[in-house]
Amino acid sequence: MSDILVSEQSAPGSGGSGRPSGRLLEVDDLRVEFRTRDGVAKVINGVTYHVDAGETLAVLGESGSGKSVTAQTIMGILDTPPGFVTGGHVRFHGKDMLRMSAEERRRIRGEGIAMIFQDALSALNPVFTVGFQIAEQFRVRRGLGRAEAKKRAIEMLDQVKIPNAKGRFNNYPHQFSGGMRQRAMIAMSLALDPEVLIADEPTTALDVTVQAQIMDLLAELQRERQMGMILITHDLGVVADVADRIAVMYAGRIVEEADVYDLYAKPAHPYTMGLIDSIPRLDEKGQQLRTIKGLPPNLMNIPPGCPFNPRCPMAQPVCREKVPPLLQVGPARASACHFAEELVNRV
Amino acid sequence: MGRYLLRRLLQLVPVFIGSTFLIYWLVWSVPGDPFAGKCGERRCPDQYVAYMTEKYHLDQNVFVQYGNYMKNLLQGDFGQTFSQRDIGDIIATAYPNTLKLALVALAIEAVIGLGAGILTGLRRNGFLDNLVLVSTLFLLALPVFVVGFVLQWLLGVQWGIVKPTVSSEMRFSELIVPGFVLGSASVAYIARVARTSIAENRRADYVRTAIAKGLPMRRVVGVHLLRNSLIPVVTLLGTDLGALMGGAIVTEGIFGINGIGREVYRAIVTKESATVVGIVVVLVVVYLLMNLLVDLLYAALDPRIRYE
Ligand SMILES: Nc1ncnc2c1ncn2[C@@H]1O[C@H](COP(=O)(O)OP(=O)(O)OP(=O)(O)O)[C@@H](O)[C@H]1O
Ligand code: SF4
Ligand SMILES: [Mg+2]
Repeated sequence: MSDILVSEQSAPGSGGSGRPSGRLLEVDDLRVEFRTRDGVAKVINGVTYHVDAGETLAVLGESGSGKSVTAQTIMGILDTPPGFVTGGHVRFHGKDMLRMSAEERRRIRGEGIAMIFQDALSALNPVFTVGFQIAEQFRVRRGLGRAEAKKRAIEMLDQVKIPNAKGRFNNYPHQFSGGMRQRAMIAMSLALDPEVLIADEPTTALDVTVQAQIMDLLAELQRERQMGMILITHDLGVVADVADRIAVMYAGRIVEEADVYDLYAKPAHPYTMGLIDSIPRLDEKGQQLRTIKGLPPNLMNIPPGCPFNPRCPMAQPVCREKVPPLLQVGPARASACHFAEELVNRV
Repeated sequence: MGRYLLRRLLQLVPVFIGSTFLIYWLVWSVPGDPFAGKCGERRCPDQYVAYMTEKYHLDQNVFVQYGNYMKNLLQGDFGQTFSQRDIGDIIATAYPNTLKLALVALAIEAVIGLGAGILTGLRRNGFLDNLVLVSTLFLLALPVFVVGFVLQWLLGVQWGIVKPTVSSEMRFSELIVPGFVLGSASVAYIARVARTSIAENRRADYVRTAIAKGLPMRRVVGVHLLRNSLIPVVTLLGTDLGALMGGAIVTEGIFGINGIGREVYRAIVTKESATVVGIVVVLVVVYLLMNLLVDLLYAALDPRIRYE
């Protein structure tokens, strides 16, 4: 039984062990499954990543690769049942949140780690004003009086550059435009000055022009406050500007982790290469867009060996037998491919 | 908000006229001689028949009759029975009793139905959930008179916990059992609607956000979840008052309460059409006003409604 909990993968900085490592937030060999009527879906199969103060980690991967479920597990908002954590650790300041009391964990939410969601319209409560929902943080969590909480909430709206913040305080979410709603959501999550901000596809629901504005705002706030930020996205274009490091997810695992420059310059995993190749490029206008062939695996029945092998152009017989562990392949970079060394050392 | 209110009020006018006209027409077109049995064993004297026919415009067509009736009604005159009693008086004595009974029923519905709905909605498939599901199914399936007679016999006669009938003072304590009987089907209904609504909203994104904000669980549920889930329940409760008053006839009969149910029954048997119309018209007004109140409450609870 205990070997289920033992890491198959190890990553730079964590060693896959149960040891605290001095990181701000650290996910260590996390495993999550969804037990549904149709069967058990193994959604997270040993995810390991970390983020420190002042840096932005981008988490990249196709739809269904488990980016959001990992974030939900960190926040403690996993849908249980059907979702269950079956192994691993989530450490905040070295303390395992998965083994804390519910009350201890609640206090970290919003104040230690905050989250913004993809669809601000459904994530904000439709029957309360935007101002109420921000001021609520100051009133309930900080015990401030009504007037003081309102003042602080208006300051927050100002900080996220909502024009006429004072007048907007009493508006309901549906009276805001999409971009403004996402700004309000950011204001709400930053109210208690969290150390880590998880942004789960914060711009996907928005127009392209607004997307850029929101990304700029997030990057600016992250820098000012020296927060650790986990930016979840499947848009490689977005990450290049804002992220320091990138973790690429596939079928509930991290398959590659590297800093932005290395990852773009020389991906060390065939899946990452595929992702980079599928970015539309201006100099190849008119040509057919390259995509990764095939579909992500069925999580109730992940193929043996490397989960990417049915789609991998470089697959060899060994790939169908042995799961490649996430191994260090250079300073601060790791890859889970049997041929990672070759990929890194190619000219 | 002002414009919304005005629009809703204006909408009530045609509904009021349409429904009261229908009632008037249906009630007065009941076949049979309206004077049968009015003058003891004998036929009524021609003089009397002529007088009454003129008084109620029985020789005119139904539109004229209705027009006259409405004209008087708007001046607060409900007319008189064939035996010269003011129908307004009958209404004034019977309505408060029924209203009291219905309000007690409504309060019981709100407390028991909502309580059961919230508890089970938060913990679906637990023991309590199954208990409530089965017992509400029971209440929904049993006709009111069965619930009424069983409770009256058990609590009133067998165990002697309450008096089997209600005195003319209509004390609150006497009304609890009849109120429960009257509201029994609705209690079950409210419990189920509340349960579904809570269970649905519990998974909503904004509830997840509230948890992610680190709010205490009782605030997540008590403020964020409840406020949204209660919208359909409040609607049900509000519109139910009219239905409870109109449906009180059986309960009033069982517990000997002097309310509009009994008066309507008596009036139908004795062909007192004017009384029937008067009582039902007031009921229509109650319905319409409660509906308006519900709409306003709805707008107060859900800001998205106001600006549409
Ligand atoms: N509540 C749930 N019940 C059952 N399965 C779930 C649930 N939530 C997520 N899953 C499954 O977990 C897997 C990972 O989902 P997740 O939302 O983490 O993907 P993602 O990487 O965030 O994708 P996207 O880019 O589309 O947001 C999916 O296969 C999904 O079907
Ligand atoms: S291990 Fe094999 S199948 Fe998996 S990515 Fe590397 S080459 Fe492809
Ligand atoms: Mg997602």
